[in-house]
Amino acid sequence: MDYQTANQFAQTWGLWLLMACFIAAVVYALWPSNRDTFERAARAPLDDGDDNGR
Amino acid sequence: MTAAVKKQEWRIDAVAILAILVLGSFYALWGIAHAADRAYAIQMWTALGAFLVGSAMLVLHISRGPSAESVASRYENGVIKAGVFASMFWGVAGFLVGVIIAFQLAFPSLFYFQEFGWLNFGRLRPLHTNAVIFAFGGNVLIATSFYVVQRTCRARLAGGLWPWFVFWGFQLVILLAGTGYLLGVTQGREYAELPWYTDIWLTLVWVVYLLVFLGTIWKRQEQHIYVANWFYLAFIVTVAMLHLVNNMAIPVSFAGWFSYSLFSGVQDALTQWWYGHNAVGFFLTAGFLGIMYYFIPKQADRPVYSYRLSIIHFWALIFLYIWAGPHHLHYTALPQWAQTLGATFSIMLWMPSWGGMINGLMTLSGAWDKLRTDPVLRMLVVSVAFYGMSTFEGPVMSIRAVNSLSHYTDWTIGHVHSGALGWVGFVSFGALYCLTTWLWKRQRLHSFALVEWHFWLSTIGIVLYITSMWVAGIMQGLMWRAYNEFGFLEYSFVETVEAMHPYYIIRAVGGTLFLLGSLVMVYNLWRTARGDAPAAERAGDVPAAAAVAAE
Repeated sequence: MDYQTANQFAQTWGLWLLMACFIAAVVYALWPSNRDTFERAARAPLDDGDDNGR
Repeated sequence: MTAAVKKQEWRIDAVAILAILVLGSFYALWGIAHAADRAYAIQMWTALGAFLVGSAMLVLHISRGPSAESVASRYENGVIKAGVFASMFWGVAGFLVGVIIAFQLAFPSLFYFQEFGWLNFGRLRPLHTNAVIFAFGGNVLIATSFYVVQRTCRARLAGGLWPWFVFWGFQLVILLAGTGYLLGVTQGREYAELPWYTDIWLTLVWVVYLLVFLGTIWKRQEQHIYVANWFYLAFIVTVAMLHLVNNMAIPVSFAGWFSYSLFSGVQDALTQWWYGHNAVGFFLTAGFLGIMYYFIPKQADRPVYSYRLSIIHFWALIFLYIWAGPHHLHYTALPQWAQTLGATFSIMLWMPSWGGMINGLMTLSGAWDKLRTDPVLRMLVVSVAFYGMSTFEGPVMSIRAVNSLSHYTDWTIGHVHSGALGWVGFVSFGALYCLTTWLWKRQRLHSFALVEWHFWLSTIGIVLYITSMWVAGIMQGLMWRAYNEFGFLEYSFVETVEAMHPYYIIRAVGGTLFLLGSLVMVYNLWRTARGDAPAAERAGDVPAAAAVAAE
């Protein structure tokens, strides 16, 4: 693969691939049914039933 | 039955580690015998000594058998306690070398010996940068990541003795790096000065670190992987990738330290700054954000303000940071579109950086009053404020027009230290205060008053440092570009150096205050770990905490 081909791919399909991955991550973060998981996860450091004597 | 199986696994670890140590010893012996130069021979003697001491420690450890504490405890804490000590030691050492080189810049004849170059600025500077970033920061990250991944996965650290291999192997990297720099052994790549054999050893240690971390996540009792672990994992994986690509080199001889990079010219420069900026992005930012997302909620006793924002923060940071490196190469042979790309992504980084800062600060909503009574929490929160400040300043400096003034001046040094001392330093100090209280199971720190002293000494030190470097840097940049009415440069270079002398002294004083603050912390943590009774109960603290609990 020469420079031109790699460059062409990066600026078209590569760009859209990365955009799609990022949008997928945002959709995952905002997906309504994930709300409960995330609300529980937000408390994870507090509910870890740890042994740190606090 | 299960006990026997467990013992068996544990012995496989020990045998494998012993094999690595023996192979390493043989290589070091061969290196000593065939050494092409004196510096390489000294490095190999150091490595041989370390491998032999390591083998002796391993054999002693096995013959003693597992300690009662490690069997009884749900989590592996010993290696984290060792990490707390190592962080304190390397922190103070790194800050001390920083103070020395700050005074060397103000008074150039300090520790300058014509006959030998061990203590020259050029050798002490990489010692300082590597000691504070990799030795101090690295130990803090390894220790906190081992702490956080166990608690948030509710699983004991995977790999038996391998976490200890990671800890001691990393200390050997630091030892070889630090003594090597004093001997003049360096690749000459900023923040990647390690010679090829230390690079290979670090690769081994780092892969084991990744496997220990992944193994612990694999064993987790929680379905969801907490966001702090994502940040730690991004830090470990990306640093591995950066390290491998930027250090591709061919040694001149396997019995000498010198090597040639596989890259050359502008490709070499771009690879180096792709590495350099992502060391900032993934070592000094992503890793320490892992600390922020565990220790601030824990210490404030409040849930993360917005967990959704933390996920978007994570992915936005990952997708954007990796492109920002070219902003280090404005006005160079690098094609201009690449420079613009680097600057554009740097400016886009404002969004995740400030999103993350807001998320960290707003985690205190409903607990703001704790800032009055809890100096450790105050330290953590101020670190997040510095994170916001330096991630605002960085993108501004990546704009080409601003960079034409700031580049090569001390403004850059000021910017780096507002991030390094303010963000990385303070968030690490906060985590170390927390860890010492929790790991040694103390009710509270030995002295809150000493934390106050640490806080104010360091804060005043940072303010002196960054303001003097802003003034010095902008003055320097303006003097360099000043023309007289005939079109000649107004100032010679040495005139700009002379003009900066007072600011260099102010900077060195600021650094000294920061060093003093860290010494206060070490004393306080030592007394806390020893279990000495609190110096004096501060009236405000305990009743306030009790009152909140009572509500």
